[in-house]
Amino acid sequence: MSAESYLVADKGVKSWLTTTDHKRIGIMFLVGVLVALFLGGVFALLLRLELLTPGRTYIDALTYNRFFTLHGIIMIFMFMIPSIPAVFGNFCLPIMLGAKDVAFPRLNLGSFYVYSAGVVITLGGMLIGGADSGWTFYAPYSTTSPTAVAPVGFGVFVLGFSSILTGLNFIVTVHTMRAKGMSWLRMPLFVWAIYATSIIQVLATPVLALSLALIAIDHGFGLGIFDPRMGGDPVLFQHLFWFYSHPAVYIMILPAMGVISEVVTTFAKKNPLSYKGIAFSSIGIAFVGFLTWGHHMFVAGMSIFDTGVFGVLSMFVGIFSAIKVYNWVGTLYRGHISFTTPLLYFFAFLFLFVFGGMTGIAVATSSLDVHWTDTYFVIAHFHFIMVGGTLTAFLAAMHYWFPKMFGRMYSERVGLFTAALVFMGFFFTFFPQFLLGNMGMPRRYYSYPERFQALNVLSTGGAFLLGMGVLLTVGNLLVALKMGPRAGKNPWQSMGFEWLTESPPTKHNFEASPVIDRGPYDYHLGLD
Amino acid sequence: MRAPSAVAAEHFEDLKQQGHAARLGMWAFLGQEMLLFAGLFALYSAYRSMYRADFHQAALHMSVALGTANTFVLLTSSLTVALSIWAARARRPRACIGFLIATLLLAAAFLVLKFTEYGHHFAEGIFPGRYYHFAELPQHGAHIFFTLYFFMTGLHALHVIAGMGVLTWVLLHALQHHWTPEHHVGIELGGMYWHLVDLIWIFIWPLLYLVL
Amino acid sequence: MNEFMRKMLFLPTQSSTIAQSIDTLHYTVIAGTMIGATVVFLVAIYFVVRYRERDRPFTKTPAIHAPVWLETSFIAGTLLLFLVWWQVGFAQYVELATAPADSIEIYVSAKQWMWRFAYPEGATSIAVLYVPAGRPVKLIMTSRDVIHSFFVPDFRVKKDVVPGHYTTLWFEAKQPGAHDVLCAEYCGTGHSMMRGQVIVLSAGDYGKFIRGIVPPLPAAEPPMPPSEPFVVTEQGAAQLQTSMVVEGQLAAARWGCLRCHTVDGSPHIGPTWVGLYGSTRSFDDGTTAVADEGYLTASMMDPRRQIVAGFKPVMPTYQGLLEPPDTAAIVEYIKSLQHAPGGTRVLPDVKVPASGPAFVPAEGTDVR
Repeated sequence: MSAESYLVADKGVKSWLTTTDHKRIGIMFLVGVLVALFLGGVFALLLRLELLTPGRTYIDALTYNRFFTLHGIIMIFMFMIPSIPAVFGNFCLPIMLGAKDVAFPRLNLGSFYVYSAGVVITLGGMLIGGADSGWTFYAPYSTTSPTAVAPVGFGVFVLGFSSILTGLNFIVTVHTMRAKGMSWLRMPLFVWAIYATSIIQVLATPVLALSLALIAIDHGFGLGIFDPRMGGDPVLFQHLFWFYSHPAVYIMILPAMGVISEVVTTFAKKNPLSYKGIAFSSIGIAFVGFLTWGHHMFVAGMSIFDTGVFGVLSMFVGIFSAIKVYNWVGTLYRGHISFTTPLLYFFAFLFLFVFGGMTGIAVATSSLDVHWTDTYFVIAHFHFIMVGGTLTAFLAAMHYWFPKMFGRMYSERVGLFTAALVFMGFFFTFFPQFLLGNMGMPRRYYSYPERFQALNVLSTGGAFLLGMGVLLTVGNLLVALKMGPRAGKNPWQSMGFEWLTESPPTKHNFEASPVIDRGPYDYHLGLD
Repeated sequence: MRAPSAVAAEHFEDLKQQGHAARLGMWAFLGQEMLLFAGLFALYSAYRSMYRADFHQAALHMSVALGTANTFVLLTSSLTVALSIWAARARRPRACIGFLIATLLLAAAFLVLKFTEYGHHFAEGIFPGRYYHFAELPQHGAHIFFTLYFFMTGLHALHVIAGMGVLTWVLLHALQHHWTPEHHVGIELGGMYWHLVDLIWIFIWPLLYLVL
Repeated sequence: MNEFMRKMLFLPTQSSTIAQSIDTLHYTVIAGTMIGATVVFLVAIYFVVRYRERDRPFTKTPAIHAPVWLETSFIAGTLLLFLVWWQVGFAQYVELATAPADSIEIYVSAKQWMWRFAYPEGATSIAVLYVPAGRPVKLIMTSRDVIHSFFVPDFRVKKDVVPGHYTTLWFEAKQPGAHDVLCAEYCGTGHSMMRGQVIVLSAGDYGKFIRGIVPPLPAAEPPMPPSEPFVVTEQGAAQLQTSMVVEGQLAAARWGCLRCHTVDGSPHIGPTWVGLYGSTRSFDDGTTAVADEGYLTASMMDPRRQIVAGFKPVMPTYQGLLEPPDTAAIVEYIKSLQHAPGGTRVLPDVKVPASGPAFVPAEGTDVR
């Protein structure tokens, strides 16, 4: 690392904890989300262990219910939602725009501390008994459960604010801090993705805050707004909750799609087949994604009319993803393709996300969803997208931007191997769950009829393989941190703007603000 | 307290960009606040259509006088905060201070009126949630109406208090004559937040007091 | 072909009349999904192999932009496919949600962690639902506590069971047999143990069940023995020879309803129950509503909410007093009173003053 790099420019722990450098904040978030990923993964393995046998394996039902609740809360709110935006968005977005930092660097640091506070409060709630309501907190179970719903709910409430502040920062940065010559249509596609994500974060998360506040206050003080004994309607809670939680899944996948756009164009050395298609479909997802929440409630007691409307809109939102998939594949046409670990992750993403996304279209087909909803089919569907999609893209981003962030290169051979391990582990964990759903195994089942056992055992085996794969992947990168060969400025020979800086970048990214005179994918011009 | 800097922060190109970013940031923040209350308005609408008659009966028990007085108080406070910004831009620091103090006093008056109103409700047995024991209106719909009333106005009151905090910070700077025609982004942002607090009340007031 | 696909996809037996058409759509959609994913993937692999860099150094690649006709046709084609699937699925959903008019109506009461069924003829059973083959059955369901969900995989039906609401679900079982019932909405520690069975009986056997003779169970896997002590017992039909209507009549007398509501058509302190069910009620605020099961139940739980025009708001609430089995029975009784004066008259033995006091159960009344 050069003496000027952001990693060593200021020394000491205090300089990190009080930094306003977006790159350092990104690294601190990286540590946070990796801890969350590990913790959420541990809970997953613990509950998969219990599911090895039809009856009690080693824990009781209450403990199991706490485990799946915490698995969901940790994975969604502490890993999935922040991961790519708070780590790679923070690190790369300003550089990609030619800026020296985000618009509000101190707010950015604040966002990290709010995240940390949210993690501490939620885990604290976990230690005093945890919640057993499921991450969906449905009333009236959540408001009457004897577990610590209020502190856990409050912790998630706090985590939500971190998300809002990050999104707010990015929106303002994109609008006001683009370098000279960078029109909107010259922005990297990763920026478009983060921008669309940020809009959702700012507008949807407050509704989650409201939902959780109502539940937490109800649990603690008997507010009763969803309690039928007071005239409340439990289904209204579901509407309010899913109004956030459906757009939330787009917060989780849009940044991943942004990563994929960068990886495909760099390793095919080719412009995207339709830049506008990818850019505008991100905005399309952000907008239409707000209109589909009722598809989580097809059997909840909604009217037939509502079911029809939400079903159609769900079909529309799927089209935007299809546009991207066609584009990514079309980008490979007549490219100059180098096969690397990030590109292998792209292939894993392509298969798993398309398959998972298509099962999303399938569950939007209302009559089929009557059988599938609340079963393992839905669990498989969303894990295909969140693990097969987002986690895969996160790992792709870790490898792709590793040389930029740390100035070193990881072992390509080990990287390819661990990627394959992750993919295989993933497939054996979650593909059987589609079949379990078809057979009729409901979700959140501590014990189950014997005929479901074989597939459950297979799934548990896969889960341990997946866990090992992720550990080895991260381990490979940790080793490279210390022992990897030094990387040059642009080891992938990419035309992306972030590769114009040093590896790792200096504290201020650019000494003089760059003037942009080309797009980030103008490979027809030849390399710089 | 330090005066706002004559030079833009390190990461900005110039003061113009910095000011633009600050305002856009506040707009985005206000957007998020609106969504927070929008969820409550949606809940209110849903329950209202479920309990039309009960909401009507319950609303008859609200003090239109106190509610309207509060509306006037807040609207006037929006005026005074806008005037304080004008004063800053017109290089009239003492007027600026005066208008800010007036705004804060009006905000305090709002809270006094609100808590007086709560007191009246408590005296009758109207409490939120499971503590409600107003015998005259035992219906579910009335119970829900009042619980929503307490939650919506309570959340709003929290925002009034937060806004008073923001305006106090603005006032402390104003007392040092920091707001000038060249540097007044901070007071603008404070004013914007205050306008939102007022705007939310403008929606709450008809829904809870006027619409029968 | 149907059986082959069903087994390949691990789907359960198609034991209801609607199951096969749902499965046919299922095969189409899943096949489309898998073919789509595979084609996309293979094209990508082909491109990567064909356009790999080999040893050539990079100079430049052509700037290729998708022509408008290509983008439009791909998007339109994909959207059309999705909308066709939606259309078929929605039509099936409507069918799933619309019970035939001649359905047998059975009340379902869910509570942590058991299912209770109440038959029109008055019998009740716990955990086991008896239905005849070849006739549509409509379940009218509510919960006593939290949200549950009634799920019969073999029939491809599921509906949430919500406290404070009635939700309905219908099916027609094709032939005798036993089918698992699973709770599909997380409801606490007993959620995965909250299971039951639908026992489909032949018409003859169902007749015997109704007349109180417990039929032999078809050979089937019994509900999973719980590892914790839950009350999941099987109960045959039969002690009661009476119907739900008579049960409701008894409940109405016991709870004092008949002090204010007549069953001979004459208005009293409250509206008469004759002709009440299914009629359009006019309220004192000008609004109207049709008196269905939900309205009747809400009127018992929250009587001051909607006052029928011409009557005073004096009815006390039975929230917390009347349990769903009694509530449902009273509803059924009211449903039976379509013509005056057909029903049995039960004379109130106390004169109730016009202002109507809050109801207090008589000493020793069994309020269950």
